[in-house]
Amino acid sequence: MTNRERAHLRAGLLFVAPWLTGLALLIALPTAMTVYYSFCDYSVLKEPVFIGLANYKDLAKDPVFLKSLWNTGFFAFFALPLGTLFAIFLAILLNQDIPARPVFRTIFFLPSLVPLVALAILWQWMFNGRFGVINHGLSKLGVDGPNWLGDTTWAKPALIAMGLWGVGHAVVIYLAGLQDIPKSLYEAARVDGADWWQQTRHVTLPMLSPVIYFNLLMGCIGVLQVFAVPYIMTGGGPARSTLFLTMYLYDQAFVYLNMGYACAMALVLFALIAGLTFAAHKLAGRHVVYGGN
Amino acid sequence: MAALLTRREFTRLALAALALPTVACVGRQEERRPDGRLVIHYWEKWEDFEKEAMGAVVDAYNASQDRVFVNYLSTGQIDQKLLLATAGGNPPDVAGLWAWRLYTYAEMGALEPLDALMRRDGLSTDDYLPSIIEQCRYRDFTWALPTTPATLALHYNRDLFAEAGLDPDKPPRTIAELDAAAERLTKRGPRGAIDQLGFSPTEPGWWNDRWGYWFGGDLLTPDARRVTIDSAENIAAYEWVRSFPQRYGREEIQLFQAAGGQFNSAQNLFLSGKVGMVLQGPWMATFVDKFAPGLNWGVAPFPAVSEAMDPVTICEADVLVVPKGCRHREEAWAFIKFTQRPENMERLCLGQRKFSPLRSVSPDFAAKHPHPHIGVFRGLAESPNAKGAPESPAYSEYRDEINYAFDLLWNLKQEPAAALAEAARRTQPKLDRRNEQWDRIAAQRRREWEGGS
Repeated sequence: MTNRERAHLRAGLLFVAPWLTGLALLIALPTAMTVYYSFCDYSVLKEPVFIGLANYKDLAKDPVFLKSLWNTGFFAFFALPLGTLFAIFLAILLNQDIPARPVFRTIFFLPSLVPLVALAILWQWMFNGRFGVINHGLSKLGVDGPNWLGDTTWAKPALIAMGLWGVGHAVVIYLAGLQDIPKSLYEAARVDGADWWQQTRHVTLPMLSPVIYFNLLMGCIGVLQVFAVPYIMTGGGPARSTLFLTMYLYDQAFVYLNMGYACAMALVLFALIAGLTFAAHKLAGRHVVYGGN
Repeated sequence: MAALLTRREFTRLALAALALPTVACVGRQEERRPDGRLVIHYWEKWEDFEKEAMGAVVDAYNASQDRVFVNYLSTGQIDQKLLLATAGGNPPDVAGLWAWRLYTYAEMGALEPLDALMRRDGLSTDDYLPSIIEQCRYRDFTWALPTTPATLALHYNRDLFAEAGLDPDKPPRTIAELDAAAERLTKRGPRGAIDQLGFSPTEPGWWNDRWGYWFGGDLLTPDARRVTIDSAENIAAYEWVRSFPQRYGREEIQLFQAAGGQFNSAQNLFLSGKVGMVLQGPWMATFVDKFAPGLNWGVAPFPAVSEAMDPVTICEADVLVVPKGCRHREEAWAFIKFTQRPENMERLCLGQRKFSPLRSVSPDFAAKHPHPHIGVFRGLAESPNAKGAPESPAYSEYRDEINYAFDLLWNLKQEPAAALAEAARRTQPKLDRRNEQWDRIAAQRRREWEGGS
């Protein structure tokens, strides 16, 4: 290495040093400590005591943890595909050549700008069993709506349905993807006699697949970490029917002060997300088409 | 192109970058005001008029001497912030907690025991109402001194009583009488929807883990080694709880309650005259003044299962603690001592509309008091059946298990006996674990505390 190269290396290192320091202190170190604490009996105030795999063994037997795992899985299983389909559907509609298109696009994006807490309070009222606008609508159809958030059967579906409210971000990304599809492909398809559905099936969706893949991954991480909205709207109730992993984790860490146990839960959640991402990567690889290829 | 940085420049910049966080970490030195007064920090959970009431006491303290200045900070989620600040070695000098949180914090060594300071300065636990000071004590040490206490009582709407043909001067004295009054006070509209409800354990439903108290039950054995939520008394209590959804309809009560707005609003079901009776604390007076000044209301001890029992109540207390590792223990104690003087305590309690936790009060305290029914709450605090939260660091987990059982039996999904047995079965190992942890460190902790106290 010449002197000049060394000088460049030094300068380069110096300029990335703030970021590296941040990464080391704010991400790498806490992550490493989380791994260590997950093997400890640790309550924040007392020194951690190493207890090996005991936290993980307890987790496997903890009915509340298993329930929260089930709730999270249930939520993810429905919220993710539903949100994706809904977002793609909206994006395709908003990509049509219709009058006042920018206005519609803005309208559909607006809800994702509402702060989570305001959103939660607003939907609490919409789901209200007696005065809620949803049950009001249902009563017009002759259906007696349940008290959505107070009912063990309906609380989770209510939260899933409400998630559709925030698809605006995904719609914007899908729209960008749709506009990136060369017109020539559609023209070629039409020449071959493809109808609207065939064009969607054989041109739009494959060309959109990298964007769908990206949104699915991000969405997957998002639904597995759902916290603020159910925490405000239901607090995990009734009868733990909306207690999600992150909420139970929070209780263990900050209410019961079982920080070691909470760290073990965090790692299980991490493994779950990493595993699903990896699986998605393996599965999707075959179905994702990149324009460059 | 010349070298971007010389080796010397690089080293200097790198050292400066490294030094920054170090300086920030050791930066908290003794803080003084321009006039030379030492600043001590006091974190408290209150807002609004409750905050102001303590603010007046803090101001009085700051004016009473020229050595120390108390910096009074109101903050949300104080228990968690205190926990993290203490763990980080940088706690405030004084903090306002809830009594039920003391057991956890004391056992984990996060608080300074106050006994030695009290002895030295002539303060005695005998100066306080036993039900209140008991909550400040744990494992034979005193961890806090009270600020404002509260007890819970039956609040009832006198106008609705009169309308239903009940005597507003004779509120129910037993659970059976409460049930009968509730029946009379309940009105249904067309299609069976409830328009007015006499009583429901779920309104507001903040103490659903402790209905057993009114049936002679308890949550722990006296040695705090066994959970007793599955005792006969508790089962009886939760059978009574379940009788409400059975009698009035689970969905009907739910829909009726869903119609009420935020607690802190004019849509509150009691304040808007939709619910005849609720279990509530002395803070209700403030909300009545604010949202329903015309409400004609009364307060009485909440009825127990038998008239022969001493009045039963849940007793809560806000308390002041000195966190372990604070920088100015003596100054913190001097301030706490100041708040405990009768005149300051009364000023605080008048401002917050609570009763004084001190045994003796000045003769005109009750007459000056803005709460029309404060005597009832104070009387309840003097009852031998005034009980606080179960004395165990496992209480939060226990409470959540009971609340889960409550949800199940309220929704008629499980028999009370089965739901409570399940809650006991799940909580006992957690309690055992906490007790084992304690047994391991008990001797060491006691030595520390005796040394410190």
